[in-house]
Amino acid sequence: MIQKEDVVIRVAGESGDGSSATGEMLAQAAARSGLHVFTFRTTPAEIKGGPVMFQVRASNSPVRSMGDAVDVLFAFNREAWDLHHADMAPNAVLLYDPEEFDLPAEFTGIAYPAPIGQIAQAAGNRRGKNVAALGVVAALFGLGLNKLEDIVRAKLGKKADLLESNLAALRAGIEYAHQLAKRDPFWMESTGEHDRYVMTGNQAIVAGALHAGVEFFAGYPITPASDIMEGMAAMLPQIGGGYLQAEDEIASIMACIGASYGGKRAMTATSGPGLSLMSEAIGYASMTEIPVVIVDAQRGGPSTGLPTKMEQSDLNIALHGGHGDSPRIVLAPASVAECFHLTVWAFNLAEQYQTPVIVLSDYSLSFRTETVEPFDLSKYPRIDRLRPNGELAAKQYRRYELTANLVSPMVAPGVAYAQYTATGLEHNEFGNPDYTPANHAIMTEKRWGKLAPLQHSREYVRRFGAERAKVGLICWGTTAGPCRGAVYLAGQEDLPVAMLQVQMLSPLPVDAINEFLEQVEIVLVPEVNFQGQFAKLLQAELGIKVRSMTKYTGMPFSRLEILRQIHALHGLAEPVLA
Amino acid sequence: MTAVPITSAPVVYKPSDYRSDLKPIWCPGCGDFGVLAAIQQALAAAQINPKDLAVVSGIGCSSRLPGFLQTYGLHTVHGRALPAAIGLKTARPDLTVMAVGGDGDFFSIGLGHLPHAARRDLDITVVVMDNAIYGLTKGQTSPTSPRGHVTKSTPYGQSAQPLHPLAIVLASGASFVARGFSSQPKQLAELIKAGLAHRGFAFIHVLSPCVTFYDTYKLYKELVYNLPDTHDPSDLDAAMHYAVESERLPLGIFYRRPPLEPLPRPTPKPFDTQAYLNRFRA
Ligand SMILES: Cc1ncc(C[n+]2csc(CCOP(=O)(O)OP(=O)(O)O)c2C)c(N)n1
Ligand code: SF4
Ligand SMILES: [Mg+2]
Repeated sequence: MIQKEDVVIRVAGESGDGSSATGEMLAQAAARSGLHVFTFRTTPAEIKGGPVMFQVRASNSPVRSMGDAVDVLFAFNREAWDLHHADMAPNAVLLYDPEEFDLPAEFTGIAYPAPIGQIAQAAGNRRGKNVAALGVVAALFGLGLNKLEDIVRAKLGKKADLLESNLAALRAGIEYAHQLAKRDPFWMESTGEHDRYVMTGNQAIVAGALHAGVEFFAGYPITPASDIMEGMAAMLPQIGGGYLQAEDEIASIMACIGASYGGKRAMTATSGPGLSLMSEAIGYASMTEIPVVIVDAQRGGPSTGLPTKMEQSDLNIALHGGHGDSPRIVLAPASVAECFHLTVWAFNLAEQYQTPVIVLSDYSLSFRTETVEPFDLSKYPRIDRLRPNGELAAKQYRRYELTANLVSPMVAPGVAYAQYTATGLEHNEFGNPDYTPANHAIMTEKRWGKLAPLQHSREYVRRFGAERAKVGLICWGTTAGPCRGAVYLAGQEDLPVAMLQVQMLSPLPVDAINEFLEQVEIVLVPEVNFQGQFAKLLQAELGIKVRSMTKYTGMPFSRLEILRQIHALHGLAEPVLA
Repeated sequence: MTAVPITSAPVVYKPSDYRSDLKPIWCPGCGDFGVLAAIQQALAAAQINPKDLAVVSGIGCSSRLPGFLQTYGLHTVHGRALPAAIGLKTARPDLTVMAVGGDGDFFSIGLGHLPHAARRDLDITVVVMDNAIYGLTKGQTSPTSPRGHVTKSTPYGQSAQPLHPLAIVLASGASFVARGFSSQPKQLAELIKAGLAHRGFAFIHVLSPCVTFYDTYKLYKELVYNLPDTHDPSDLDAAMHYAVESERLPLGIFYRRPPLEPLPRPTPKPFDTQAYLNRFRA
């Protein structure tokens, strides 16, 4: 039996009933008290109404996934029970509002009634129901208890009248919980305060881009990338940058290419449907060697698919989308901290290698909050593109000069004697159209060859778990979170499991992967898409056989699901979590 | 970087100073030669330093034009000159930015960008070389071809009617709208010069015949006439009336109004990452 070190609390209700706000405030209070938190939410794709849930996983040790089964379900209404009770752990606790529904007969575990509307009403304002719920759940399970008032004040401080009645509702909720006879084992109290940030993936991408020196952004609204655009819209005018809500995604990326041609660091952010529209332009940026950063916050596809669910199914289009041999760099963060880290490096790599860089995030990462250790900003330099150095003689400037490392000096308009036309036609060193066979071969090799050194890089892989093991996990993007959870749980059972998280999907860091392959017998590749896109990539690029493990429900893996597969590969019985 | 200093002041740019060493790939007699010459004339008249000018284009015979100029050029993909020009101008307001291309670029595949470019009213000068045909792809019908137009792609005649590009840009709020003819290069150069001087979105529609796939020289020479002196370019209704005229083809400045005033924006400050991150402290 593996000992649990965390608690998973899910608050579920309907859009507009305050349940999500309860979850959000609980997470904030827990984080402020010093706990690590990891939140997960689902929202309906519809504008009004529909079921919502907000889940908080909290622990004194770092948390990297949404957790396994739900320990505490707070159901604001009957539908919430119907939708979520199947996710409850065997010993899970149910909190329910008896005004909304009676305790379901089939539930035999520990349940506490929480008449939150009544509690709030008695305290002076029925609309403080979600704050009363916060008081009840925090007082019952310990999370952030000493920070609740802070958080409520921060949320409502500007509305003095509301604040008083809400603080009263909060206290009434706490009192109500105290007079319940607590019969469950769940209690999660912080062991100390820490200086950490609480951020979503999208917020970290915006912060990373700003730190990297973004000077231009153009985008078109799409879930789950819109608030990257909105963050840029708020910030860029404050720092003298250019910002544009374009008429579509083609215009968005073309505007970025125009700005980057003008010498500025440019970014766009979209989701799968937008990335599809950008394919031709990405090839153009690849051909003309114009740096540009493209964030793809993946959602379930194809087509409009599942706009409010996660999936890792845009790997293929990120790697191969578009026609012709068009190299690009593809990075994938696994956590909120990595959103910051890899966005900064996306800019630096785009500039350094003069190529499009795609950052593959996903819906779950876009909106979840995590506690993040402060970034050591001294570790994030700003790398600029190579620009011509020294004096230029008239008509001597070679924009696509075949240098030793195949990266050529890129001038920005405004410099005398360096005028050139960037063209998507095959071109020679001067940038002039040239379709001769030899030239196309040389220039194709140039565009690919300049990226080749990255295959030997060790900067974009993360190695976890045992040094040698029978089973080695290779994963990318947010699936690395549950993979690390599974490795941790296996460690608790003294079962050695190795893990390699690949942050750069193109070019693939083959040296690091090959080294890992020597340390394991069986390679297991979990990912959230039907085809096993990454597994196929590994097989094609490395000529190896891997075991693909796919999930295609629109939901991320849990660490237990991955541990189960690890057990199966070892011929062990199903893992059991205490 | 330090460029070779230009010592002798003031520098005077001749039309030929804007020409690159590349020989145009156009068929002899193509209207685009006249447009290229008119652009050079206009640039010299405006004394724009070639290093401070960027010409953005799409794909087509006409979109090859930037390569023939000794200025900065961005030869993008089919139909996408405008968004690239908008990005460039937004990021580099110090540059003079032009967008050029064909009727396929601006009125078919890239039409969706045109009203938005017009309503933004950025200081960009657009020159569309309209030959009412797809030249580069060897003679298919275009959105400005006449009804009944027989081409390889419409062997039984084009059933749709042509659209009125000037009406589209006028309706979208363009602040400068004009039409010229490649066979009247002096007037065309004047129109382009006026467009360059205009600080908003300047749209210049140029009749520029394709000798190879749709020779309209004779037809256009018959149809074109200059807008009467009595036409008031600040009169949008009158401009619209001329814009939808199809029996004959008026030339000149259809419409001109002062460009949009920029909205107030915060005073820029350097970005401080740590201060920004502090807002996320738990
Ligand atoms: C996405 C895309 N579709 C189709 C083409 C093929 N194509 C190239 S130019 C062109 C039309 C050219 O017509 P126009 O824009 O009027 O320019 P012209 O050659 O007449 O000057 C087409 C259809 C392309 N390059 N890209
Ligand atoms: S095909 Fe027509 S448009 Fe193209 S260069 Fe020849 S004449 Fe000009
Ligand atoms: Mg044409």
